[in-house]
Amino acid sequence: MRIELIKRGTPSATLRYLSPIIGLTLAVITGAIMFAIMGKDPAVALYVYFVEPLTEAWSVHELLIKAAPLILMGAGLSVCYLSNNWNIGAEGQFIVGALAGSIFPVLFTGFDSFIVLPSMVIFAMVGGALYAGIPALLKAKFNTNEILTSLMLVYVAERLLDWLVRGPWRNPGGMNFPESVRFPEFARIPQLMPADGRANWGFIASVIVAIAIWVMLSRTLKGFEVKVIGTSPRAGRFAGFSATNMIFFSFMLAGACAGLAGIIEVAGASGQLRPIISPGYGFTAIIVAFLGRLNPLGAIVAGLVLALTYLGGEAAQISLQISDKATRVFQGALLLYVLACDTLILYRVRFTRTPRATVEAAE
Amino acid sequence: MIEAILLTIVTASTPLLLAAIGELVVERSGVLNLGVEGMMVMGAVGGFLGMMWTGNPFIGAIVGILFGMALSALFGFLVLSLATNQYATGLALTILGLGLSGLLGEAYVGRSAIRMPALDIPVLTDLPIIGRLVFGQDLIFYVSIALVIGVAWFLFSTKQGLTLRAIGDNHASAHALGIKVIRYRYLAVLFGGGCAGLAGAYLSLVYTPQWAENMTAGRGWIALALVVFASWRPARVLAGAYLFGAVSIGQLHAQALGIAIPSQLLTALPYLATIVVLVIISQNRRLTMINTPASLGKSFVPDR
Amino acid sequence: MKTTLLTTLATATALSLTMAPAAFAQQDTAEACFVYVGSATDGGWSQAHDEARQAVDEHFGDAVTTRYVESVPEANSEGTIERLARSGCDIIFTTSFGFMDPTIAVAERFPDVKFEHATGYKTADNVTVYNSRFYQGRYIQGQIAASVSETGTAGYIASFPIPEVVQGINAFLLGAQSVNPDFSLKVVWVNSWYDPGAEADAAKVLIDQGVDVITQHTDSTAPVQEAEARGIKAFGQASDMIEAGPTAQLTAILDTWAPYYIERVQAVLDGTWESESNWDGLADGILTMAPYTNMPDEIAAMAEETEEAIKSGELVVFTGPITKQDGTVWLEEGEVADDGTLLGLNFYVEGVDDQLPQ
Repeated sequence: MRIELIKRGTPSATLRYLSPIIGLTLAVITGAIMFAIMGKDPAVALYVYFVEPLTEAWSVHELLIKAAPLILMGAGLSVCYLSNNWNIGAEGQFIVGALAGSIFPVLFTGFDSFIVLPSMVIFAMVGGALYAGIPALLKAKFNTNEILTSLMLVYVAERLLDWLVRGPWRNPGGMNFPESVRFPEFARIPQLMPADGRANWGFIASVIVAIAIWVMLSRTLKGFEVKVIGTSPRAGRFAGFSATNMIFFSFMLAGACAGLAGIIEVAGASGQLRPIISPGYGFTAIIVAFLGRLNPLGAIVAGLVLALTYLGGEAAQISLQISDKATRVFQGALLLYVLACDTLILYRVRFTRTPRATVEAAE
Repeated sequence: MIEAILLTIVTASTPLLLAAIGELVVERSGVLNLGVEGMMVMGAVGGFLGMMWTGNPFIGAIVGILFGMALSALFGFLVLSLATNQYATGLALTILGLGLSGLLGEAYVGRSAIRMPALDIPVLTDLPIIGRLVFGQDLIFYVSIALVIGVAWFLFSTKQGLTLRAIGDNHASAHALGIKVIRYRYLAVLFGGGCAGLAGAYLSLVYTPQWAENMTAGRGWIALALVVFASWRPARVLAGAYLFGAVSIGQLHAQALGIAIPSQLLTALPYLATIVVLVIISQNRRLTMINTPASLGKSFVPDR
Repeated sequence: MKTTLLTTLATATALSLTMAPAAFAQQDTAEACFVYVGSATDGGWSQAHDEARQAVDEHFGDAVTTRYVESVPEANSEGTIERLARSGCDIIFTTSFGFMDPTIAVAERFPDVKFEHATGYKTADNVTVYNSRFYQGRYIQGQIAASVSETGTAGYIASFPIPEVVQGINAFLLGAQSVNPDFSLKVVWVNSWYDPGAEADAAKVLIDQGVDVITQHTDSTAPVQEAEARGIKAFGQASDMIEAGPTAQLTAILDTWAPYYIERVQAVLDGTWESESNWDGLADGILTMAPYTNMPDEIAAMAEETEEAIKSGELVVFTGPITKQDGTVWLEEGEVADDGTLLGLNFYVEGVDDQLPQ
């Protein structure tokens, strides 16, 4: 049996929305089988994974905390990927953004003013954008492969953070342990509903940013430019769009989003810098971008779904002793299924059982 | 002393070389598989499991190759048969490989493997300086060198190699000439997976004979960078892998000599060096344009 | 013997060490929960805690249930700890330094749950800190290394420059100097707790530079394997690594948290649990030494003697005269380092061939 792809005249609108859902369903089925193999009741496991974390208010707050950086970075990366710029270094831009934003609370601890928090946010976004500007510059100027440079810069950013919190930025009153001072209250992002849980305004900010990027993509000329350059650089040139400018635009926009996510994380839930400030949000955001069909609104939903898999993974460990590696297998499988289902949007899939000779002739 | 240092560098470089030479063939066919890290870590767990089941590290290495190929077959099915986005599929493959290998190897963490024995030829192995280097290494090292020579010969001296490069440069014309683009690409992808698997098995059977989660520690990504570094030429992959190995071992020597540079900077050095070299290489457009497979990363769906 | 930290430490943390007035009631069953920074089967730090958890399970039978969450990133662990606190745990052990502030934050919201944080320094009415004086084992290792080494140089594979690691390097060298005053030590930082490849590379480099004994403050067995392959000696870390180096391992520092965990869980059952600062050593059984192997009998006898002297309190590792690396005096003759200084240790003693990353 062979698989044959037949291009549709127009991409299927129904499947455009259906394909992530089919992918998610297939991933859930795979997860159920995996749990069964591990000797756990699949129904119970799926409940613990996907429902239990949503049954309590505080846990929903935790969901929003984890979703905020994923949504922000997922939305930013969507612009990169739509325009054919393969930024996979959001993790590094997240870290550098967090560092740039932390300059105020770490170095000027006594500077208490209403402008501190806004300045932190601006510094973080600029920091993230500039760090993302490095692979953009290298690609635009020297034609250097951005996938590799943006990834290498993640490792460099991790070392930079490590060096800072163990050295110059170490808390002087912290027994020489590797962490910064705790940010003072005025340098913390306020919580949404402190009575119920820890979620902060960062989540609201992430949704607003995602919507803004969606408006940019779907309602403005810039958005048109992103898509034209992404689908056909030639057509983009004829239309007078500069692919070089687009490299900078998409990278730095995604970098600013990642930087914002970074400061939301450290000035929000954490409240200080540590040697490790991200559990891999920047890489998970890549899944978010694709699961959301490279649509910032989709990234909001996808960010919440992925955040749920983190919480569900924890809950499953606590109540069912399911290993955390199972969560990663699930995430990988989810992305593969969604990608496979995307094929259905552009192509009709036909399974042929024709004799070999005919197929070869057809090929 | 010099012999020992060179030997250390060669050991550090061999897994990079293996994974990179495989990926080179894949990319020459016009496919970009970013899942090298995932296939490599599956090879590592496969090699270790194979060794544990049979007590034989050589069979372990074969199991490692098969694990890498299995994951690359999945990749091939998605990007070749279903025409999915190659970048995203490769990334997903890495995430999946890291999770799956952790799950499979969970029961074996901390156990020691039987190290693959090194060659020992009387007289020759005992030659000064080059003896151990040339005549006293493990089998996989010789395989890696043979692969570089073999791939160079295949790509540039055989009809099939020429066809493969033609597919990588323009899959549509190749298809029009009646070449079975998808079949060639499947074979290239499987070869790349096998090489990555062997590179992983080298880690868990020779380099550090044990299984540890994420034990590839980013080497798959370095291998990808090496292919670009080498501008898709096998001999340059060899040079690049050894250069990278030398930098990462060199920074440790600097530390052990008590040179006062922040260790974070030293450990970041190999990554910074990679970026610098990538820039230098890609800046030379004439050089890269000749060798870069023009169809790299683009999906291909044969017309009926 | 319970060692209580000095008041200097308490003031340094700005948190009161006074005991909670409320007495906890006795109970028949308890749930003990654990948070690990690594995988429960990482072969090192987290696995040692998990083995102790299993020992708790076995010791109490049906009376105590245990649960754990593994691979919890130090970034943002508060939600994880809270989930455990809400799921009915009576006592929660958070087993990595990075969990310190999140543990304190969750403890504030759950006054009825007891928390135990490993290797930190902040306590509260319902938060105890506990740690192990690993450096006592390092001193013994140093003595052994200086006795068996022919080159007079040892290699130290270090993870991160935090006080605990610096204590270990200094104690190792002090032990070595007590046997051979000219002994020197080469240090390589791999910037990881667990990276077999990097640890093996570091071991090879050190061996290539002429050391004939290596010790590690990282968790994988790779350095011991490398020592075995190259025919030199090594020390295991966290667990007995004799399988990885049957002819190489001299001894190993074993993290044996089980007696401590059993004692603390028992206190919860008895209703006698109180907030404490525990920094226990060889005498308390929180660390033990693996058998002294692959060395002449008289060296093994010396090691055992030192071990006994440390246990009995006759030998205190950081006792003057000790000179800092920069040549200034740290401790005068007979002076003993206070725990506050040790817990924040950030300088080398004389003779370390390395610059401490600052």
